[in-house]
Amino acid sequence: MSVPARTGATPNTLVGQAVERTEDLRFLTGRGTFADDYEPAGVLHAVILRSSVPHGHLRSIDARPALTMPGVKGVITAEDIGPAIPTIPLRLAPIAGLEKYLQPVIAHGKVRYAGEPLAVVVADSRAIAEDALEAISVEIEALDPVADWRASEADRCLLFEENATNVATRYSAQIGDADAAIAAADYVRRETFRAHRHTANPMETRGAIAEWNVADGRLIVTAATKVTFFNRRLLAKMMGLEESAIDLIEIDVGGGFGVRGEFYPEDFLIPFAARHLQRPVKWIEDRREHLLAANHSREIDCDLEIACKSDGTIVAVRGKIYGDMGAYVRTNGGVVPAKAAQFLHGPYRVPNIKVDVAAFMTSKTPVGTYRAPGRFEANFFRERLMDMAARDLNIDPVAFRRKNLITEAELPYSIGQLVPYETPTAYDSGDYHACLDRLLEEFDWDKKAALQGKAVDGRYQGLAATCFVESGGAGPRENCKFILERDGGITINVGSSALGQGLETVFAQIAADAMGLPFDAFTIRHGSTTLVHEGFGTYHSRALVMGGSAILDGAKNMVAAIRAAGAAQLGCAPDDAVWHDGHIAVNSGRRLGLGEIAGGAPDGTPLSADGTFANTKRTYSYGAHAAHVAVDARTGHVQVIDYLAIEDVGRAVNPGIVHGQAIGAAVQGLGGVFFDHLIYDADAQLLNASLVDYLLPLATDFPSVRGVTLELRPSPSNPLGAKGAGEGGIVAVAATIGNAVAAALVSLGVEPKELPLTPPRIWRLVQEAKARLSASKS
Amino acid sequence: MKPASFEYTRPDSLDDAIALLAEHDGDAKVIAGGQSLMPMMNFRLASPRMLVDIGRIADLNRIVIASDGVRLGALVRWRDIERHPTLRTSHPLLAAAIDHVAHYQIRNRGTVGGSIAHADPAAEMPGVAVACDAEIIVAGSAGQRTIAAADFFTGALTTILQPDEIIIEVRLPAWPAGRRAAFEEFSRRKGDFALAGVAAFYDLDREGRVVDPHLAAIGVASFPVRLKAAEAALAGRPIDAIAIQTAAVVADEGLDISEDIHAPADYRRALLKVLLERALHRAAGLPASGQTT
Amino acid sequence: MKNADAQFTVNGQSVKVSVEPRTSLADYLRHELKLTGTHLGCEHGVCGACTVIVDGAAVRSCLMLAAQADGCEVVTIEGLSNRDDLTPLQASFRKHHALQCGFCTPGILTTAHVLLSEEPDADADRIRDVLSGNICRCTGYVSIIEAVLDARSAYGHRETET
Repeated sequence: MSVPARTGATPNTLVGQAVERTEDLRFLTGRGTFADDYEPAGVLHAVILRSSVPHGHLRSIDARPALTMPGVKGVITAEDIGPAIPTIPLRLAPIAGLEKYLQPVIAHGKVRYAGEPLAVVVADSRAIAEDALEAISVEIEALDPVADWRASEADRCLLFEENATNVATRYSAQIGDADAAIAAADYVRRETFRAHRHTANPMETRGAIAEWNVADGRLIVTAATKVTFFNRRLLAKMMGLEESAIDLIEIDVGGGFGVRGEFYPEDFLIPFAARHLQRPVKWIEDRREHLLAANHSREIDCDLEIACKSDGTIVAVRGKIYGDMGAYVRTNGGVVPAKAAQFLHGPYRVPNIKVDVAAFMTSKTPVGTYRAPGRFEANFFRERLMDMAARDLNIDPVAFRRKNLITEAELPYSIGQLVPYETPTAYDSGDYHACLDRLLEEFDWDKKAALQGKAVDGRYQGLAATCFVESGGAGPRENCKFILERDGGITINVGSSALGQGLETVFAQIAADAMGLPFDAFTIRHGSTTLVHEGFGTYHSRALVMGGSAILDGAKNMVAAIRAAGAAQLGCAPDDAVWHDGHIAVNSGRRLGLGEIAGGAPDGTPLSADGTFANTKRTYSYGAHAAHVAVDARTGHVQVIDYLAIEDVGRAVNPGIVHGQAIGAAVQGLGGVFFDHLIYDADAQLLNASLVDYLLPLATDFPSVRGVTLELRPSPSNPLGAKGAGEGGIVAVAATIGNAVAAALVSLGVEPKELPLTPPRIWRLVQEAKARLSASKS
Repeated sequence: MKPASFEYTRPDSLDDAIALLAEHDGDAKVIAGGQSLMPMMNFRLASPRMLVDIGRIADLNRIVIASDGVRLGALVRWRDIERHPTLRTSHPLLAAAIDHVAHYQIRNRGTVGGSIAHADPAAEMPGVAVACDAEIIVAGSAGQRTIAAADFFTGALTTILQPDEIIIEVRLPAWPAGRRAAFEEFSRRKGDFALAGVAAFYDLDREGRVVDPHLAAIGVASFPVRLKAAEAALAGRPIDAIAIQTAAVVADEGLDISEDIHAPADYRRALLKVLLERALHRAAGLPASGQTT
Repeated sequence: MKNADAQFTVNGQSVKVSVEPRTSLADYLRHELKLTGTHLGCEHGVCGACTVIVDGAAVRSCLMLAAQADGCEVVTIEGLSNRDDLTPLQASFRKHHALQCGFCTPGILTTAHVLLSEEPDADADRIRDVLSGNICRCTGYVSIIEAVLDARSAYGHRETET
């Protein structure tokens, strides 16, 4: 594909600059509008009664005592919705089998996790609704819960009797012949790894405000985001409405990270309640609910083998991925194991690779994607095993990576079809070696390497460097609409969703450069279904790549429309009207500004132009991470002395924003390594549904995190040259810290294989290593 | 997460507050800073029918430093201790321990009395009270009584405080010059409740031998405990690395070590020994042991 | 249930409160006064998004009853903001890209404002320590610390030669 680098006549001035964000003006002054800030007149407040039992037959719900309480307006159960209870379909990863394990919008017949919605209680206030919730009696005949994938696989207790198995899917994919290559290899090592269940925890919990207009049969749902057009399609079907009768409105969003904005049961229940009661209904998730009800992620076990020549050349990788899907397969749940399998390949030359994937149903909260889904896990598995292999082969771990890292000459590099629901794909562009070199230089690796494994002030020092490749920019399309306002300003509507990543700023930067207008000329509106005819939203680091490219197209079309309109006003041919410096000029010397052109619209309809960008190729950013840790082996505490994440994003439209997301992602990843953990007991009960016990990184935890954004190789598949950014900072954190801790404790032979790396876990690994050492001495 | 309904009163006198508590016979709760109680109520883990706000009661917010010790009114906030001009020298152990309490905003509201009454097993203030043989002064319908800290805590989040009683003061015995002390704790993150913590102090006789060691631990049992075996191991010995090691090894003797989702018992046991060792090294001004595993 | 009464000031304006006793200060500010810049992220005193300034001290408004504010001076993010321009602290946050989704930002600004008002010379460690009571999921805190450090001069901090 050949696309011009820029449209518009003026040179690029804003793209590439750390422009201060437009959004910040309202966020810094308390004038943002988040879900709970929107309160239509007459609104009622909903809370969700959730199952406290992880698995059982739902026998009865008696809401009568609640309904008599003053201020209670209604209690909705499956009976009010049925007889047919809608299920929530897959949005991504349509792997055969998963469609048999979809979640109903409300429990009926059976409950399958603690936290599953049983009823919606609607009242004059949130507090009254919570009072009423306590008055409802629920009878559930408990069944044995299935707490993990091994119990699931045994199929002794079936979660979906009609499916006769708890195993939702199994598939295998490969390139070359890994079995043969492993059988014939000089060296093979096999290990079992485990990534743990955790989730994103955006600071704003989920929420929705639904308004049903009785007169015209229209529904407005405010505080939607991420994939609003897709969600509207689902909601329309479930509610028996035309899509055109529903508007999903995006307002300010307090973080998403993959978790927010997927279609959840509440995205049906709240609109249903509004129609049922013919009153506006608001639901704001509380934090305990969020931890029980929003998507979990990352719980993947992996048996992984690596086979090498004795010189360290990788000849094969073979992995088995075991995904704990929770109680239902949610909209994008299948992405997690599928991507954990695909990204076992990594940025290395792997001539033979085989992945076996299995997805298991358990009695826990369903999983979905969380920032860098599958990648965080896969990189941990692969990079840990690579360091073990390097040590076995007596090769420096950095040299081992260099030996196997794909060279630029080999790009595009096919990684085939390791994902059954995707077409074959290839790493697009890059200089993986240059990125690793830059990492080592920035990190002062050669100097620090002298500390490797040494004890300083009683703490073991460890360093690690890892490499990754990361996909982004999913298709198929994105759309935008440019509108010339009466005052000469331009409003751009875009189908991409903003969840805090600064789209209003970067889109205006792109448009300003493309049209040769000042940054302030543009107002960006995003996400809502009212803005464009079709939008695809924000996931897979796609908003800038796809939405930004659509804006380039829209800018070109808008200039053409302005020229045509200006020419008509001036009575000349469009070709004779020149667009320059925010004006239309003709040879006669007459000029029209945008305000004049807007004022001259014949029927008062604002001048507008659409833009679109279609693409099926993904972008592949890549990079490297390094860490220096100090391990107190007596307490198991790990101090991160230095952390560096480097990523080539092709093109950074706003380096300030990209840098901020890289650092933020890295710290989220460090949380995922040390803190974040959804802890379940053997009965499938979540034990830490609060921020007191679910630990997130604080300002004091990781003060030394650095990021470097590179623009070495633009993406060949979009006119901006941009690759998905925002996830590269997190993908390799578990890999890097895991290896750094192993390097620190190399004298003891400690090899962390399971996350999170809590102090008790590291302490135990040290105890076990000491026991091994003393046993081998005696 | 909104609390269940309750009545709220803000009496001006201690007598009125006690009368209200007595009247509600177990259904009323005292609130001061609310930093422990409000989360419990927001989760509806506590649903008192009446809240008695003691924030207006005079004279409960005083810090008095006298020859017989330090008296902390129940309404003294962590920030008052942190910012007190002389407390850090008058009672260094208290100041060092309180440095670990929660976060900035919590420290601005949380109170000494609230922490003692809440009795979290890992809270610093109850630990200091037990370590120092503090007296807890409570007032109730039957008048005032003085309770030794060692007798006050009876389990996790449970004390011998009666439903009609209010903590009014904590008295810490005088802190002689030359006393050696240290506070060490290990928490997952800054400001979290400790997985384990140690408060240690002792005096030295003329020959440099340890006199009357007080060693206490938080976070390892259901309430703060004195480490009797370690105290016995240390008493009468000159303080050195060997004495410290001897005490640390027996730190857990006689203790029923607790476990929860954050740490298993064997880890807490090991942590207790390490923390005691480190605290005693620091109190003695000795370099860290250098031991790496 | 009898209402709880209180009288206090919010951003300099006197308010007379008569609310259900269980109404938190946060809910009162947000729902009665429509000062929605104060956010609720957890309602159990951990996340810090609800931080407001009461009698000059940063406190969690989700753990304080509206009734308990009787006689107090309460300042919210709205009270820290000029009508037209960003304050130096706010401008520094913008300059350093010290926010992304903006949800935690009001609580961080109220906390940092109190800190710098009392301790204009606070160093990076002190700032980190104080802000450890405010969770941000987006930034990783690095830019926030830089922004607060950079705003100190507006509170009377003088750069010292080192």
